Amino acid sequence: MDWVWNNFFTGTDSNVGIWGLTLDHLWLSALPIVLGFVISIPLGYWASHSRVARSILLSVFSILYTLPSIVLLVVVPVTLGLPIISPTNVIVALTIYAIAVMLRSATDAFSSLSQDVVEASRAIGFSPLQRFFRVELPLAGPVLLAGARVVSVSTVSLVTVGSFIGVDSLGNLFREGKSTNFGTEILAGIIAVLIIALVYDSIIVLIGRILLPWNRRASRRSARAAELREVSA
Amino acid sequence: MIEFKSVSKLYADGTHAVDNFSVVIPSRKTTVFVGSSGCGKTTLLRMINRMVDPTSGAIEIDGENIANTEPVHLRRGIGYVMQNSGLLPHRTVIDNVATVLFLTKVPKVEAYARANELLDTVGLDRSLAKRYPGELSGGQQQRVGVARGLAANPNILLMDEPFGAVDPIVRIDLQAETMRLQRELDKTIVFVTHDIDEAFLLGDQVLILEKGAKIAQRGTPEEILANPASDFVASFIGADRGKRRLTVDSKVKAKGNDVVLIDAGGYAAGVISAPGGKLAVGSASPKSRSVSNKTSQAGDG
Ligand SMILES: Nc1ncnc2c1ncn2[C@@H]1O[C@H](COP(=O)(O)OP(=O)(O)OP(=O)(O)O)[C@@H](O)[C@H]1O
Ligand SMILES: [Mg+2]
Repeated sequence: MDWVWNNFFTGTDSNVGIWGLTLDHLWLSALPIVLGFVISIPLGYWASHSRVARSILLSVFSILYTLPSIVLLVVVPVTLGLPIISPTNVIVALTIYAIAVMLRSATDAFSSLSQDVVEASRAIGFSPLQRFFRVELPLAGPVLLAGARVVSVSTVSLVTVGSFIGVDSLGNLFREGKSTNFGTEILAGIIAVLIIALVYDSIIVLIGRILLPWNRRASRRSARAAELREVSA
Repeated sequence: MIEFKSVSKLYADGTHAVDNFSVVIPSRKTTVFVGSSGCGKTTLLRMINRMVDPTSGAIEIDGENIANTEPVHLRRGIGYVMQNSGLLPHRTVIDNVATVLFLTKVPKVEAYARANELLDTVGLDRSLAKRYPGELSGGQQQRVGVARGLAANPNILLMDEPFGAVDPIVRIDLQAETMRLQRELDKTIVFVTHDIDEAFLLGDQVLILEKGAKIAQRGTPEEILANPASDFVASFIGADRGKRRLTVDSKVKAKGNDVVLIDAGGYAAGVISAPGGKLAVGSASPKSRSVSNKTSQAGDG
């Protein structure tokens, strides 16, 4: 425990302390989560409207997803012509993973919209753009956010891999702790990663509550209905 | 007035949904398209607000070819009510009703005031305004759907089997409301159903359709009942099964001057009063669904 306090603001191999590594970790994971989410929405919408787009997009990203992260971390800088220790590599690689997971959710979300509702919004005079932003996107919201929660957790843990090519993150604690055989440091790293994952997850849930109030009332209702069914059964 | 001029619709997959369809739909009256599933009723209705564009022919509203109007603009000026209400599940009842007003940039305060009035118009309690559609019964949702269809005060209201999914008692209620609204608001209503009783109840003009939206017969309910144009029509309206041919049941005595009527199957169908053994004749005042004597057209006012 003393080790944690002594190394909180300075120390560890890059001398930025646990706090410094946490900040690195925060933005290295936040960017891929947000980018993956934003990029997946138009791609998923397209995939849900065109069979061809769907099969091409989903198979390309499935293949990319099967590449081990360390391979991707080497392939990305070579392809983009970046130095291997640039944080951009981590961000690009993790964004690709994020899209691979998020694209499936987004495609499902947009494919499973009620056609009655979409047709009705067309019939009463929403323009295509209004329909997308005011009807389809909000209704896809719950499934999109569920996807974002999965992406968030996996991205936060994958950032640690960057430490093995020299991009600082909480993964440094794993690398250093392992090489010096110092369990406390590894444990500190794991706990810090878990805390970040929890914080991000709570933020996503909170955003959902604020932006999708109708969804909460709807799910409470169906939960109550399920309870009633159970009681009566 | 809405006019279909030799309209055909061939879907991309080769389905001839509508084949050379021509008809005049008069203003401020209710016209009902009735026919069995897949005969092209929805396609006809959706061509009026350009949800579907005809492959050939033209549709005119008050003499203007709608192919020349911008679809989104056209749709905002025509009410549309559909079977499963099609309400936006993420908007409250009041927001659903006001949607079209928001789209046409009516100020919020004004839009909500109008939406609240419309809840009264369709017989919904204002206390439901803040609920989400999922928190209403099917019949209430359908009323919200009608209120939404009326929000922009359109001259034309398109209704596609709006009461198909509600129970018979609620349906009778909603049908009565529809007749009252038509009388009070004086809309041009185009109504689609596969229920012939509903068609005869609501329609000033009824079109019985066969596959490909071929008109089997067009007329008032009385004209069609009195003179079915073909065996198809006779069978469709149930005349051949004797459902509409009623006789006096001599075995059962009803109270007062009433006698019981039975159909050809022997099932009780209703009662009629017969003072002194003579059947009563329909009262002299003609059935009137529209009290208006205005002659102006669908696009005005
Ligand atoms: N988008 C479409 N693409 C291809 N075929 C279609 C499409 N919409 C409808 N059809 C076909 O056109 C025909 C008429 O369909 P329409 O929906 O107009 O019938 P309907 O009379 O409204 O039927 P229902 O009473 O079942 O609603 C049917 O054979 C239907 O399968
Ligand atoms: Mg239909």
